Amino acid sequence: MKNMLVDNFAIDQVEMRQAYCDALIDVARQNPYVLDIEADVQYSMGTKRFKEIFPERSINCGIMEAHAVGFCGGLSAMGYIPFFHAFGVFATRRAFDQVFLALAYQDMNVKIIGGDAGVTATTNGGTHMPFEDMGLMRLVPDMTVIEPADSAMYPYAVHYMANTYGNFYLRSCRRKVMKIYGDNVQFTIGRANTLTQGGDIAIIACGIMVYEALKAREILLKQGIEARVIDMHTVKPLDVECVKTAAMECGAIVTAENHNVKGGLGEAVCAGLAQEYPVPVELVGVNDMFGQVGDQSYLMKVYGLTAENIAEKAIRCLRRKTK
Amino acid sequence: MSLRAKLEYHAAQIRKLTITAIESAGYGHIGGSMSICDALAVLYCDIMKIDPLYPDKPDRDRLVMSKGHCGPALYATLAYKKYFPESLLTQLNRNGTSLPSHCDRLKTKGIDISTGSLGQGYSLAAGVAYGCRLKGYDNTCYCIVGDGELQEGQNWEAAQFVAHHNLSNLTLIVDNNKRQLDGYVQDICKQFDLAAKLKAFGLEVFEADGHDVLEIREALLAAKSSNKPNAVILDTQKGYGCCFSEIEGFNHYMVVTKEMADKARAEIDRRLQTP
Repeated sequence: MKNMLVDNFAIDQVEMRQAYCDALIDVARQNPYVLDIEADVQYSMGTKRFKEIFPERSINCGIMEAHAVGFCGGLSAMGYIPFFHAFGVFATRRAFDQVFLALAYQDMNVKIIGGDAGVTATTNGGTHMPFEDMGLMRLVPDMTVIEPADSAMYPYAVHYMANTYGNFYLRSCRRKVMKIYGDNVQFTIGRANTLTQGGDIAIIACGIMVYEALKAREILLKQGIEARVIDMHTVKPLDVECVKTAAMECGAIVTAENHNVKGGLGEAVCAGLAQEYPVPVELVGVNDMFGQVGDQSYLMKVYGLTAENIAEKAIRCLRRKTK
Repeated sequence: MSLRAKLEYHAAQIRKLTITAIESAGYGHIGGSMSICDALAVLYCDIMKIDPLYPDKPDRDRLVMSKGHCGPALYATLAYKKYFPESLLTQLNRNGTSLPSHCDRLKTKGIDISTGSLGQGYSLAAGVAYGCRLKGYDNTCYCIVGDGELQEGQNWEAAQFVAHHNLSNLTLIVDNNKRQLDGYVQDICKQFDLAAKLKAFGLEVFEADGHDVLEIREALLAAKSSNKPNAVILDTQKGYGCCFSEIEGFNHYMVVTKEMADKARAEIDRRLQTP
Protein backbone atom coordinates (compact mmCIF):
# COMPACT_ATOMS: atom_id res chain seq x y z
CA MET A 1 0.00 0.00 0.00
CA LYS A 2 1.32 3.41 -0.96
CA ASN A 3 1.98 5.62 2.04
CA MET A 4 -0.24 8.68 1.82
CA LEU A 5 0.63 10.09 5.21
CA VAL A 6 3.05 12.84 6.19
CA ASP A 7 6.27 11.67 7.82
CA ASN A 8 5.59 13.52 11.06
CA PHE A 9 2.19 14.76 12.19
CA ALA A 10 2.07 18.47 12.95
CA ILE A 11 -0.32 21.37 12.75
CA ASP A 12 -0.72 22.46 9.15
CA GLN A 13 1.00 25.59 7.90
CA VAL A 14 -2.12 26.54 5.98
CA GLU A 15 -5.50 27.46 7.44
CA MET A 16 -8.37 25.48 5.97
CA ARG A 17 -10.11 28.69 4.87
CA GLN A 18 -6.96 29.76 3.06
CA ALA A 19 -6.77 26.39 1.34
CA TYR A 20 -10.37 26.91 0.24
CA CYS A 21 -9.85 30.45 -1.00
CA ASP A 22 -6.67 29.51 -2.91
CA ALA A 23 -8.46 26.59 -4.55
CA LEU A 24 -11.48 28.73 -5.42
CA ILE A 25 -9.23 31.32 -7.04
CA ASP A 26 -7.57 28.53 -9.01
CA VAL A 27 -10.83 27.12 -10.32
CA ALA A 28 -12.17 30.61 -11.06
CA ARG A 29 -9.09 31.28 -13.21
CA GLN A 30 -9.76 28.09 -15.12
CA ASN A 31 -13.54 28.45 -15.40
CA PRO A 32 -15.18 31.85 -15.99
CA TYR A 33 -18.54 30.54 -14.73
CA VAL A 34 -17.36 29.90 -11.17
CA LEU A 35 -18.86 32.46 -8.76
CA ASP A 36 -18.42 33.06 -5.03
CA ILE A 37 -21.73 33.68 -3.22
CA GLU A 38 -21.61 34.90 0.36
CA ALA A 39 -24.02 35.61 3.20
CA ASP A 40 -21.98 38.06 5.26
CA VAL A 41 -19.27 35.72 6.51
CA GLN A 42 -16.67 36.51 3.90
CA TYR A 43 -14.30 37.82 6.56
CA SER A 44 -14.76 34.81 8.86
CA MET A 45 -14.57 32.26 6.08
CA GLY A 46 -11.55 33.82 4.43
CA THR A 47 -12.68 34.62 0.90
CA LYS A 48 -11.84 38.34 0.89
CA ARG A 49 -8.92 37.68 -1.43
CA PHE A 50 -11.24 36.11 -3.98
CA LYS A 51 -13.25 39.32 -4.01
CA GLU A 52 -10.10 41.39 -4.50
CA ILE A 53 -9.12 39.34 -7.54
CA PHE A 54 -12.62 38.81 -8.97
CA PRO A 55 -14.77 41.68 -7.68
CA GLU A 56 -17.51 41.01 -10.25
CA ARG A 57 -17.66 37.32 -9.41
CA SER A 58 -18.03 37.58 -5.66
CA ILE A 59 -21.57 38.46 -4.60
CA ASN A 60 -22.37 39.07 -0.96
CA CYS A 61 -26.11 38.65 -0.40
CA GLY A 62 -26.06 39.88 3.15
CA ILE A 63 -27.57 37.93 6.01
CA MET A 64 -30.15 35.99 4.02
CA GLU A 65 -29.15 32.36 3.55
CA ALA A 66 -32.56 31.25 2.25
CA HIS A 67 -32.45 33.86 -0.49
CA ALA A 68 -28.77 33.21 -1.18
CA VAL A 69 -29.41 29.52 -1.88
CA GLY A 70 -32.36 30.33 -4.16
CA PHE A 71 -30.24 32.97 -5.89
CA CYS A 72 -27.56 30.31 -6.49
CA GLY A 73 -30.23 28.11 -8.06
CA GLY A 74 -31.15 30.85 -10.52
CA LEU A 75 -27.49 31.47 -11.37
CA SER A 76 -27.05 27.76 -11.98
CA ALA A 77 -30.03 27.77 -14.34
CA MET A 78 -28.09 30.38 -16.31
CA GLY A 79 -25.03 28.13 -16.56
CA TYR A 80 -23.00 29.54 -13.67
CA ILE A 81 -21.29 27.45 -11.00
CA PRO A 82 -21.96 29.15 -7.66
CA PHE A 83 -19.91 28.22 -4.60
CA PHE A 84 -22.07 29.29 -1.64
CA HIS A 85 -20.18 29.81 1.55
CA ALA A 86 -21.71 30.10 5.03
CA PHE A 87 -21.44 28.63 8.49
CA GLY A 88 -22.57 25.00 8.31
CA VAL A 89 -25.63 25.53 10.47
CA PHE A 90 -27.03 28.32 8.31
CA ALA A 91 -26.01 26.84 4.96
CA THR A 92 -27.94 23.65 5.70
CA ARG A 93 -30.36 23.89 8.61
CA ARG A 94 -31.66 27.37 7.93
CA ALA A 95 -31.91 26.94 4.17
CA PHE A 96 -32.89 23.28 4.01
CA ASP A 97 -36.04 23.69 1.91
CA GLN A 98 -34.15 25.96 -0.47
CA VAL A 99 -31.30 23.46 -0.82
CA PHE A 100 -33.83 20.70 -1.35
CA LEU A 101 -36.14 22.40 -3.86
CA ALA A 102 -34.27 25.31 -5.43
CA LEU A 103 -31.15 23.20 -6.01
CA ALA A 104 -31.42 19.42 -5.75
CA TYR A 105 -35.01 18.93 -6.89
CA GLN A 106 -34.35 20.81 -10.10
CA ASP A 107 -30.89 19.38 -10.80
CA MET A 108 -28.88 22.57 -10.35
CA ASN A 109 -25.10 22.80 -10.14
CA VAL A 110 -24.34 24.51 -6.83
CA LYS A 111 -21.56 23.85 -4.33
CA ILE A 112 -22.35 24.56 -0.69
CA ILE A 113 -19.45 25.07 1.67
CA GLY A 114 -20.47 24.77 5.33
CA GLY A 115 -17.87 26.16 7.68
CA ASP A 116 -17.06 25.61 11.35
CA ALA A 117 -17.83 21.88 11.33
CA GLY A 118 -19.01 20.52 14.69
CA VAL A 119 -16.79 21.37 17.67
CA THR A 120 -14.56 23.59 15.54
CA ALA A 121 -17.23 26.28 16.02
CA THR A 122 -15.75 26.49 19.58
CA THR A 123 -16.76 29.72 21.32
CA ASN A 124 -19.59 30.50 18.90
CA GLY A 125 -21.38 27.78 20.83
CA GLY A 126 -24.57 25.80 20.44
CA THR A 127 -26.31 28.08 17.97
CA HIS A 128 -23.38 27.88 15.55
CA MET A 129 -22.20 24.29 16.07
CA PRO A 130 -23.35 21.97 13.28
CA PHE A 131 -23.76 18.42 14.48
CA GLU A 132 -26.62 17.79 12.05
CA ASP A 133 -25.48 19.32 8.75
CA MET A 134 -24.21 16.12 7.14
CA GLY A 135 -27.35 14.29 8.24
CA LEU A 136 -29.57 16.91 6.64
CA MET A 137 -27.56 16.93 3.44
CA ARG A 138 -27.43 13.11 3.28
CA LEU A 139 -31.22 13.16 3.10
CA VAL A 140 -31.24 15.32 -0.03
CA PRO A 141 -31.39 13.07 -3.12
CA ASP A 142 -28.33 13.24 -5.38
CA MET A 143 -26.42 15.47 -2.95
CA THR A 144 -22.76 14.54 -2.58
CA VAL A 145 -21.43 15.11 0.95
CA ILE A 146 -17.70 15.58 1.54
CA GLU A 147 -15.62 16.34 4.64
CA PRO A 148 -11.91 16.76 3.87
CA ALA A 149 -9.42 15.88 6.58
CA ASP A 150 -6.82 18.52 5.81
CA SER A 151 -5.60 21.25 3.48
CA ALA A 152 -4.19 18.73 0.99
CA MET A 153 -7.56 17.12 0.36
CA TYR A 154 -9.52 20.40 0.33
CA PRO A 155 -8.26 21.85 -2.99
CA TYR A 156 -8.76 18.52 -4.67
CA ALA A 157 -12.41 18.54 -3.58
CA VAL A 158 -12.89 22.13 -4.77
CA HIS A 159 -11.50 21.31 -8.22
CA TYR A 160 -13.61 18.17 -8.39
CA MET A 161 -16.77 20.07 -7.48
CA ALA A 162 -16.08 22.80 -10.04
CA ASN A 163 -15.56 20.20 -12.76
CA THR A 164 -18.45 17.88 -11.87
CA TYR A 165 -22.05 18.83 -12.56
CA GLY A 166 -24.32 18.49 -9.55
CA ASN A 167 -25.01 19.73 -6.05
CA PHE A 168 -22.39 19.21 -3.37
CA TYR A 169 -22.13 19.87 0.34
CA LEU A 170 -18.63 20.20 1.70
CA ARG A 171 -18.22 20.72 5.43
CA SER A 172 -15.01 22.11 6.70
CA CYS A 173 -13.44 24.25 9.37
CA ARG A 174 -11.71 27.55 9.06
CA ARG A 175 -8.56 27.23 11.13
CA LYS A 176 -5.42 25.08 10.92
CA VAL A 177 -5.87 21.36 11.47
CA MET A 178 -3.39 18.50 11.76
CA LYS A 179 -1.75 17.78 8.44
CA ILE A 180 -2.55 14.20 7.49
CA TYR A 181 -1.54 13.80 3.90
CA GLY A 182 1.89 13.99 2.33
CA ASP A 183 2.60 15.66 -0.99
CA ASN A 184 1.14 14.53 -4.30
CA VAL A 185 -1.60 12.33 -2.87
CA GLN A 186 -4.39 11.60 -5.34
CA PHE A 187 -7.96 11.61 -4.08
CA THR A 188 -11.06 10.14 -5.66
CA ILE A 189 -14.41 11.50 -4.55
CA GLY A 190 -16.53 8.53 -3.51
CA ARG A 191 -13.47 6.34 -2.81
CA ALA A 192 -12.20 6.20 0.75
CA ASN A 193 -8.49 6.34 1.53
CA THR A 194 -7.13 3.44 3.54
CA LEU A 195 -4.37 5.18 5.45
CA THR A 196 -2.86 2.30 7.43
CA GLN A 197 -2.83 -1.46 7.22
CA GLY A 198 -4.33 -3.46 10.06
CA GLY A 199 -6.52 -6.51 10.34
CA ASP A 200 -7.85 -6.49 13.90
CA ILE A 201 -10.33 -3.66 13.60
CA ALA A 202 -11.08 -0.83 11.16
CA ILE A 203 -11.57 2.77 12.23
CA ILE A 204 -13.56 4.73 9.66
CA ALA A 205 -13.37 8.48 10.20
CA CYS A 206 -13.86 11.81 8.44
CA GLY A 207 -12.71 15.40 8.92
CA ILE A 208 -10.75 16.22 12.06
CA MET A 209 -11.52 12.74 13.41
CA VAL A 210 -9.10 11.16 10.94
CA TYR A 211 -6.18 12.41 13.01
CA GLU A 212 -7.85 11.18 16.21
CA ALA A 213 -8.27 7.80 14.55
CA LEU A 214 -4.57 7.70 13.70
CA LYS A 215 -3.72 8.57 17.31
CA ALA A 216 -6.13 5.89 18.52
CA ARG A 217 -4.25 3.42 16.34
CA GLU A 218 -1.07 4.21 18.28
CA ILE A 219 -2.86 3.63 21.60
CA LEU A 220 -4.23 0.33 20.36
CA LEU A 221 -0.85 -0.79 18.98
CA LYS A 222 0.54 -0.64 22.51
CA GLN A 223 -2.04 -3.26 23.41
CA GLY A 224 -1.11 -5.41 20.44
CA ILE A 225 -4.14 -4.38 18.40
CA GLU A 226 -3.52 -3.35 14.84
CA ALA A 227 -6.19 -1.02 13.51
CA ARG A 228 -6.81 -0.15 9.91
CA VAL A 229 -7.57 3.56 9.58
CA ILE A 230 -9.81 4.72 6.76
CA ASP A 231 -10.51 8.33 5.76
CA MET A 232 -14.11 8.29 4.53
CA HIS A 233 -13.91 11.82 3.13
CA THR A 234 -16.99 11.25 0.97
CA VAL A 235 -19.82 10.51 3.35
CA LYS A 236 -22.30 10.30 0.49
CA PRO A 237 -22.12 8.36 -1.74
CA LEU A 238 -20.46 6.09 0.78
CA ASP A 239 -17.67 3.82 -0.43
CA VAL A 240 -19.56 0.67 0.52
CA GLU A 241 -16.96 -1.58 -1.13
CA CYS A 242 -14.26 -0.22 1.15
CA VAL A 243 -16.50 -0.66 4.21
CA LYS A 244 -17.39 -4.20 3.17
CA THR A 245 -13.75 -5.13 2.60
CA ALA A 246 -12.85 -3.72 6.02
CA ALA A 247 -15.66 -5.73 7.59
CA MET A 248 -14.58 -8.94 5.90
CA GLU A 249 -10.89 -8.51 6.67
CA CYS A 250 -11.10 -6.95 10.15
CA GLY A 251 -14.44 -8.24 11.47
CA ALA A 252 -15.11 -5.14 13.58
CA ILE A 253 -15.53 -1.44 12.86
CA VAL A 254 -15.47 1.82 14.78
CA THR A 255 -16.72 4.98 13.11
CA ALA A 256 -15.58 8.43 14.22
CA GLU A 257 -17.20 11.74 13.32
CA ASN A 258 -17.39 15.30 14.59
CA HIS A 259 -21.18 15.18 14.14
CA ASN A 260 -24.27 13.65 15.69
CA VAL A 261 -24.06 9.87 15.38
CA LYS A 262 -27.68 10.08 14.27
CA GLY A 263 -27.71 10.83 10.58
CA GLY A 264 -23.98 10.99 10.08
CA LEU A 265 -21.08 8.77 9.01
CA GLY A 266 -21.76 6.10 11.65
CA GLU A 267 -25.30 5.49 10.55
CA ALA A 268 -24.27 5.53 6.89
CA VAL A 269 -21.63 2.86 7.57
CA CYS A 270 -24.11 0.78 9.60
CA ALA A 271 -26.69 0.92 6.83
CA GLY A 272 -24.11 -0.15 4.26
CA LEU A 273 -22.85 -3.00 6.45
CA ALA A 274 -26.29 -4.24 7.43
CA GLN A 275 -27.03 -4.84 3.77
CA GLU A 276 -23.65 -6.19 2.77
CA TYR A 277 -21.70 -7.85 5.59
CA PRO A 278 -22.86 -7.18 9.18
CA VAL A 279 -20.10 -7.09 11.82
CA PRO A 280 -20.00 -5.42 15.25
CA VAL A 281 -19.80 -1.61 14.98
CA GLU A 282 -19.25 1.07 17.63
CA LEU A 283 -20.02 4.70 16.86
CA VAL A 284 -17.89 7.58 18.10
CA GLY A 285 -19.60 10.93 17.68
CA VAL A 286 -21.92 13.37 19.37
CA ASN A 287 -24.65 11.40 21.06
CA ASP A 288 -27.78 13.36 20.17
CA MET A 289 -26.77 16.52 21.99
CA PHE A 290 -26.65 20.25 21.25
CA GLY A 291 -23.42 22.21 20.98
CA GLN A 292 -22.03 24.61 23.57
CA VAL A 293 -19.19 27.09 23.99
CA GLY A 294 -15.71 25.86 24.80
CA ASP A 295 -12.32 25.40 23.22
CA GLN A 296 -11.92 22.52 20.83
CA SER A 297 -9.98 20.16 23.11
CA TYR A 298 -12.51 20.71 25.92
CA LEU A 299 -15.44 20.07 23.59
CA MET A 300 -13.85 16.96 22.16
CA LYS A 301 -13.64 15.56 25.66
CA VAL A 302 -17.19 16.62 26.53
CA TYR A 303 -18.65 14.91 23.48
CA GLY A 304 -16.36 11.88 23.57
CA LEU A 305 -14.48 12.62 20.36
CA THR A 306 -10.88 11.98 21.47
CA ALA A 307 -8.41 9.31 20.37
CA GLU A 308 -8.89 7.73 23.80
CA ASN A 309 -12.65 7.52 23.21
CA ILE A 310 -12.03 5.84 19.86
CA ALA A 311 -9.58 3.34 21.39
CA GLU A 312 -12.04 2.55 24.19
CA LYS A 313 -14.84 1.87 21.71
CA ALA A 314 -12.46 -0.20 19.60
CA ILE A 315 -11.72 -2.49 22.55
CA ARG A 316 -15.39 -2.81 23.32
CA CYS A 317 -16.07 -3.65 19.69
CA LEU A 318 -13.32 -6.28 19.69
CA ARG A 319 -14.94 -7.95 22.71
CA ARG A 320 -18.19 -8.18 20.77
CA LYS A 321 -16.31 -9.55 17.77
CA THR A 322 -14.86 -12.47 19.73
CA LYS A 323 -18.14 -13.46 21.36
CA MET B 1 -59.35 43.13 -34.73
CA SER B 2 -58.21 45.64 -32.12
CA LEU B 3 -55.27 44.88 -29.85
CA ARG B 4 -57.69 44.61 -26.95
CA ALA B 5 -59.87 42.13 -28.82
CA LYS B 6 -56.83 40.10 -29.83
CA LEU B 7 -55.43 39.88 -26.31
CA GLU B 8 -58.86 39.13 -24.84
CA TYR B 9 -59.23 36.36 -27.38
CA HIS B 10 -55.86 34.87 -26.36
CA ALA B 11 -56.81 35.10 -22.69
CA ALA B 12 -60.12 33.36 -23.36
CA GLN B 13 -58.37 30.49 -25.16
CA ILE B 14 -55.85 30.12 -22.33
CA ARG B 15 -58.68 30.10 -19.75
CA LYS B 16 -60.55 27.41 -21.65
CA LEU B 17 -57.43 25.28 -22.00
CA THR B 18 -56.70 25.68 -18.30
CA ILE B 19 -60.21 24.50 -17.46
CA THR B 20 -59.76 21.56 -19.83
CA ALA B 21 -56.52 20.56 -18.09
CA ILE B 22 -58.08 20.71 -14.63
CA GLU B 23 -61.24 18.98 -15.85
CA SER B 24 -59.09 16.14 -17.20
CA ALA B 25 -57.41 15.72 -13.84
CA GLY B 26 -60.81 15.91 -12.12
CA TYR B 27 -59.77 18.64 -9.72
CA GLY B 28 -57.09 21.28 -9.38
CA HIS B 29 -55.98 24.78 -8.47
CA ILE B 30 -58.59 26.65 -10.43
CA GLY B 31 -58.81 29.91 -8.44
CA GLY B 32 -55.24 31.15 -8.75
CA SER B 33 -54.95 29.76 -12.28
CA MET B 34 -57.94 31.81 -13.43
CA SER B 35 -56.75 35.03 -11.80
CA ILE B 36 -53.44 34.99 -13.72
CA CYS B 37 -54.72 34.00 -17.20
CA ASP B 38 -55.03 37.56 -18.51
CA ALA B 39 -51.47 38.42 -17.46
CA LEU B 40 -50.13 35.22 -19.03
CA ALA B 41 -51.94 36.03 -22.27
CA VAL B 42 -50.39 39.50 -22.40
CA LEU B 43 -46.94 38.19 -21.46
CA TYR B 44 -46.72 35.24 -23.84
CA CYS B 45 -48.76 36.66 -26.73
CA ASP B 46 -47.41 40.19 -26.73
CA ILE B 47 -44.66 41.19 -24.31
CA MET B 48 -42.18 38.37 -23.88
CA LYS B 49 -39.28 37.74 -26.23
CA ILE B 50 -39.69 34.01 -26.75
CA ASP B 51 -39.65 31.52 -29.60
CA PRO B 52 -41.54 28.26 -29.03
CA LEU B 53 -39.59 26.72 -31.94
CA TYR B 54 -36.36 27.55 -30.13
CA PRO B 55 -37.43 27.24 -26.49
CA ASP B 56 -33.88 27.17 -25.09
CA LYS B 57 -32.68 30.30 -26.89
CA PRO B 58 -30.10 31.68 -24.45
CA ASP B 59 -31.17 35.33 -24.45
CA ARG B 60 -34.93 34.68 -24.34
CA ASP B 61 -37.11 36.31 -21.72
CA ARG B 62 -37.82 34.05 -18.78
CA LEU B 63 -40.73 33.48 -16.47
CA VAL B 64 -40.73 32.03 -12.97
CA MET B 65 -44.21 31.01 -11.81
CA SER B 66 -43.41 31.26 -8.12
CA LYS B 67 -47.02 30.42 -7.24
CA GLY B 68 -46.19 27.04 -8.70
CA HIS B 69 -49.59 25.49 -8.00
CA CYS B 70 -50.91 27.62 -10.87
CA GLY B 71 -48.96 25.43 -13.28
CA PRO B 72 -52.16 24.53 -15.17
CA ALA B 73 -52.57 28.13 -16.37
CA LEU B 74 -48.94 28.26 -17.48
CA TYR B 75 -49.18 24.86 -19.17
CA ALA B 76 -52.29 26.05 -21.03
CA THR B 77 -50.38 29.15 -22.14
CA LEU B 78 -47.39 27.10 -23.30
CA ALA B 79 -49.66 24.68 -25.17
CA TYR B 80 -51.50 27.61 -26.74
CA LYS B 81 -48.12 28.96 -27.86
CA LYS B 82 -47.33 25.49 -29.28
CA TYR B 83 -44.46 24.54 -26.96
CA PHE B 84 -46.24 21.18 -26.88
CA PRO B 85 -49.55 19.83 -28.25
CA GLU B 86 -52.74 21.02 -26.58
CA SER B 87 -53.77 17.38 -26.24
CA LEU B 88 -51.02 16.95 -23.64
CA LEU B 89 -53.03 19.15 -21.25
CA THR B 90 -55.34 16.20 -20.58
CA GLN B 91 -52.36 14.48 -18.96
CA LEU B 92 -52.22 16.92 -16.02
CA ASN B 93 -51.27 14.98 -12.87
CA ARG B 94 -51.54 11.59 -14.57
CA ASN B 95 -49.10 8.92 -13.42
CA GLY B 96 -45.74 9.58 -15.05
CA THR B 97 -46.93 12.84 -16.64
CA SER B 98 -44.80 15.68 -17.94
CA LEU B 99 -47.37 18.11 -16.52
CA PRO B 100 -47.31 17.84 -12.72
CA SER B 101 -49.53 20.03 -10.52
CA HIS B 102 -46.60 22.33 -9.72
CA CYS B 103 -44.18 23.66 -12.36
CA ASP B 104 -41.16 21.43 -13.03
CA ARG B 105 -38.38 22.60 -15.35
CA LEU B 106 -37.06 19.06 -15.76
CA LYS B 107 -40.38 17.71 -17.03
CA THR B 108 -42.08 20.41 -19.09
CA LYS B 109 -40.83 22.21 -22.18
CA GLY B 110 -41.00 25.97 -21.65
CA ILE B 111 -40.79 25.91 -17.85
CA ASP B 112 -37.71 27.86 -16.81
CA ILE B 113 -37.69 27.12 -13.07
CA SER B 114 -39.35 24.52 -10.84
CA THR B 115 -41.56 25.94 -8.12
CA GLY B 116 -44.09 24.85 -5.55
CA SER B 117 -42.66 25.73 -2.15
CA LEU B 118 -44.11 29.24 -1.90
CA GLY B 119 -41.77 32.15 -1.40
CA GLN B 120 -38.78 30.72 -3.26
CA GLY B 121 -39.39 31.85 -6.83
CA TYR B 122 -38.32 35.47 -6.47
CA SER B 123 -34.85 34.44 -5.25
CA LEU B 124 -34.46 32.00 -8.12
CA ALA B 125 -35.63 34.69 -10.53
CA ALA B 126 -33.06 37.06 -9.03
CA GLY B 127 -30.38 34.49 -9.83
CA VAL B 128 -31.66 34.12 -13.36
CA ALA B 129 -31.79 37.91 -13.84
CA TYR B 130 -28.32 38.37 -12.35
CA GLY B 131 -27.00 35.63 -14.64
CA CYS B 132 -28.62 37.28 -17.66
CA ARG B 133 -26.99 40.56 -16.72
CA LEU B 134 -23.57 38.92 -16.27
CA LYS B 135 -23.95 37.43 -19.74
CA GLY B 136 -24.92 40.79 -21.18
CA TYR B 137 -28.34 39.70 -22.44
CA ASP B 138 -30.88 42.36 -23.32
CA ASN B 139 -33.84 40.50 -21.88
CA THR B 140 -36.32 40.47 -19.02
CA CYS B 141 -37.09 37.94 -16.34
CA TYR B 142 -40.63 37.85 -14.93
CA CYS B 143 -41.58 36.36 -11.61
CA ILE B 144 -45.23 35.81 -10.71
CA VAL B 145 -46.09 35.63 -7.02
CA GLY B 146 -49.41 35.50 -5.23
CA ASP B 147 -50.41 38.06 -2.64
CA GLY B 148 -50.84 35.33 -0.04
CA GLU B 149 -47.41 34.01 -1.00
CA LEU B 150 -45.88 37.34 -0.01
CA GLN B 151 -46.44 36.28 3.60
CA GLU B 152 -43.31 34.16 3.15
CA GLY B 153 -40.36 36.18 4.44
CA GLN B 154 -37.93 35.04 1.77
CA ASN B 155 -39.73 37.29 -0.73
CA TRP B 156 -38.62 40.29 1.24
CA GLU B 157 -35.02 39.08 1.43
CA ALA B 158 -35.17 38.78 -2.35
CA ALA B 159 -36.79 42.21 -2.82
CA GLN B 160 -34.07 43.87 -0.76
CA PHE B 161 -31.40 42.02 -2.75
CA VAL B 162 -32.98 42.83 -6.13
CA ALA B 163 -33.21 46.51 -5.23
CA HIS B 164 -29.68 46.68 -3.81
CA HIS B 165 -28.24 45.10 -6.95
CA ASN B 166 -30.47 47.20 -9.19
CA LEU B 167 -31.80 44.21 -11.13
CA SER B 168 -33.89 46.29 -13.51
CA ASN B 169 -34.17 43.30 -15.86
CA LEU B 170 -36.43 41.56 -13.33
CA THR B 171 -40.12 42.36 -12.98
CA LEU B 172 -42.04 41.00 -10.04
CA ILE B 173 -45.71 40.46 -10.91
CA VAL B 174 -48.07 40.21 -7.95
CA ASP B 175 -51.33 38.40 -8.62
CA ASN B 176 -53.17 40.35 -5.96
CA ASN B 177 -56.31 38.20 -5.88
CA LYS B 178 -56.99 38.90 -2.19
CA ARG B 179 -57.37 35.27 -1.26
CA GLN B 180 -55.23 32.43 -0.06
CA LEU B 181 -56.03 28.79 0.60
CA ASP B 182 -57.87 29.27 3.88
CA GLY B 183 -59.74 32.45 3.02
CA TYR B 184 -59.18 36.17 2.57
CA VAL B 185 -55.65 37.49 3.02
CA GLN B 186 -57.18 40.37 4.96
CA ASP B 187 -58.57 37.94 7.55
CA ILE B 188 -55.62 35.57 7.82
CA CYS B 189 -52.63 37.91 7.86
CA LYS B 190 -53.23 41.25 6.25
CA GLN B 191 -50.67 42.66 3.88
CA PHE B 192 -51.25 46.34 4.74
CA ASP B 193 -50.17 48.69 1.93
CA LEU B 194 -48.53 46.35 -0.56
CA ALA B 195 -47.40 49.05 -3.01
CA ALA B 196 -45.90 51.10 -0.20
CA LYS B 197 -44.09 48.04 1.13
CA LEU B 198 -42.56 47.20 -2.24
CA LYS B 199 -41.59 50.85 -2.72
CA ALA B 200 -40.02 50.91 0.72
CA PHE B 201 -37.92 47.91 -0.31
CA GLY B 202 -36.58 49.94 -3.22
CA LEU B 203 -38.74 48.78 -6.13
CA GLU B 204 -40.54 50.95 -8.64
CA VAL B 205 -44.18 49.92 -8.52
CA PHE B 206 -46.75 49.88 -11.32
CA GLU B 207 -50.38 48.94 -10.82
CA ALA B 208 -53.05 47.68 -13.17
CA ASP B 209 -56.44 46.04 -13.32
CA GLY B 210 -55.28 42.44 -13.67
CA HIS B 211 -58.26 41.54 -15.84
CA ASP B 212 -57.90 44.43 -18.27
CA VAL B 213 -55.45 43.28 -20.93
CA LEU B 214 -54.51 46.76 -22.08
CA GLU B 215 -53.88 47.99 -18.56
CA ILE B 216 -51.72 44.93 -17.89
CA ARG B 217 -49.84 45.56 -21.11
CA GLU B 218 -49.27 49.20 -20.31
CA ALA B 219 -47.94 48.37 -16.83
CA LEU B 220 -45.64 45.63 -18.14
CA LEU B 221 -44.28 47.92 -20.87
CA ALA B 222 -43.67 50.67 -18.32
CA ALA B 223 -41.86 48.15 -16.12
CA LYS B 224 -39.80 46.92 -19.08
CA SER B 225 -38.66 50.42 -19.95
CA SER B 226 -37.87 51.28 -16.34
CA ASN B 227 -34.21 51.43 -15.42
CA LYS B 228 -35.03 50.45 -11.86
CA PRO B 229 -35.90 47.12 -10.28
CA ASN B 230 -39.66 46.97 -10.42
CA ALA B 231 -42.93 45.30 -9.59
CA VAL B 232 -46.35 45.22 -11.20
CA ILE B 233 -49.27 44.73 -8.85
CA LEU B 234 -52.26 43.25 -10.64
CA ASP B 235 -55.63 43.85 -9.02
CA THR B 236 -57.28 40.49 -9.66
CA GLN B 237 -60.12 38.30 -8.49
CA LYS B 238 -59.45 34.70 -7.54
CA GLY B 239 -61.35 32.41 -9.89
CA TYR B 240 -62.11 35.21 -12.36
CA GLY B 241 -63.49 34.39 -15.77
CA CYS B 242 -64.70 30.89 -15.00
CA CYS B 243 -68.38 30.95 -14.09
CA PHE B 244 -68.23 28.24 -11.45
CA SER B 245 -65.04 29.36 -9.70
CA GLU B 246 -65.79 33.08 -9.61
CA ILE B 247 -68.91 32.52 -7.52
CA GLU B 248 -67.45 29.88 -5.22
CA GLY B 249 -66.36 30.90 -1.71
CA PHE B 250 -63.62 28.29 -1.56
CA ASN B 251 -62.01 28.11 -4.98
CA HIS B 252 -58.35 27.52 -4.22
CA TYR B 253 -58.83 24.06 -5.62
CA MET B 254 -62.05 22.55 -6.84
CA VAL B 255 -63.48 19.39 -8.27
CA VAL B 256 -64.31 20.14 -11.92
CA THR B 257 -66.74 17.90 -13.78
CA LYS B 258 -67.26 17.75 -17.54
CA GLU B 259 -70.59 19.48 -17.13
CA MET B 260 -69.06 22.35 -15.17
CA ALA B 261 -66.21 22.66 -17.66
CA ASP B 262 -68.51 22.64 -20.68
CA LYS B 263 -70.64 25.34 -19.15
CA ALA B 264 -67.59 27.44 -18.21
CA ARG B 265 -66.04 27.20 -21.67
CA ALA B 266 -69.35 28.15 -23.31
CA GLU B 267 -69.69 31.10 -20.95
CA ILE B 268 -66.15 32.27 -21.79
CA ASP B 269 -67.06 32.20 -25.50
CA ARG B 270 -70.32 33.98 -24.83
CA ARG B 271 -68.62 36.78 -22.87
CA LEU B 272 -65.99 37.13 -25.57
CA GLN B 273 -68.70 37.76 -28.13
CA THR B 274 -70.62 40.12 -25.83
CA PRO B 275 -68.58 43.30 -25.37
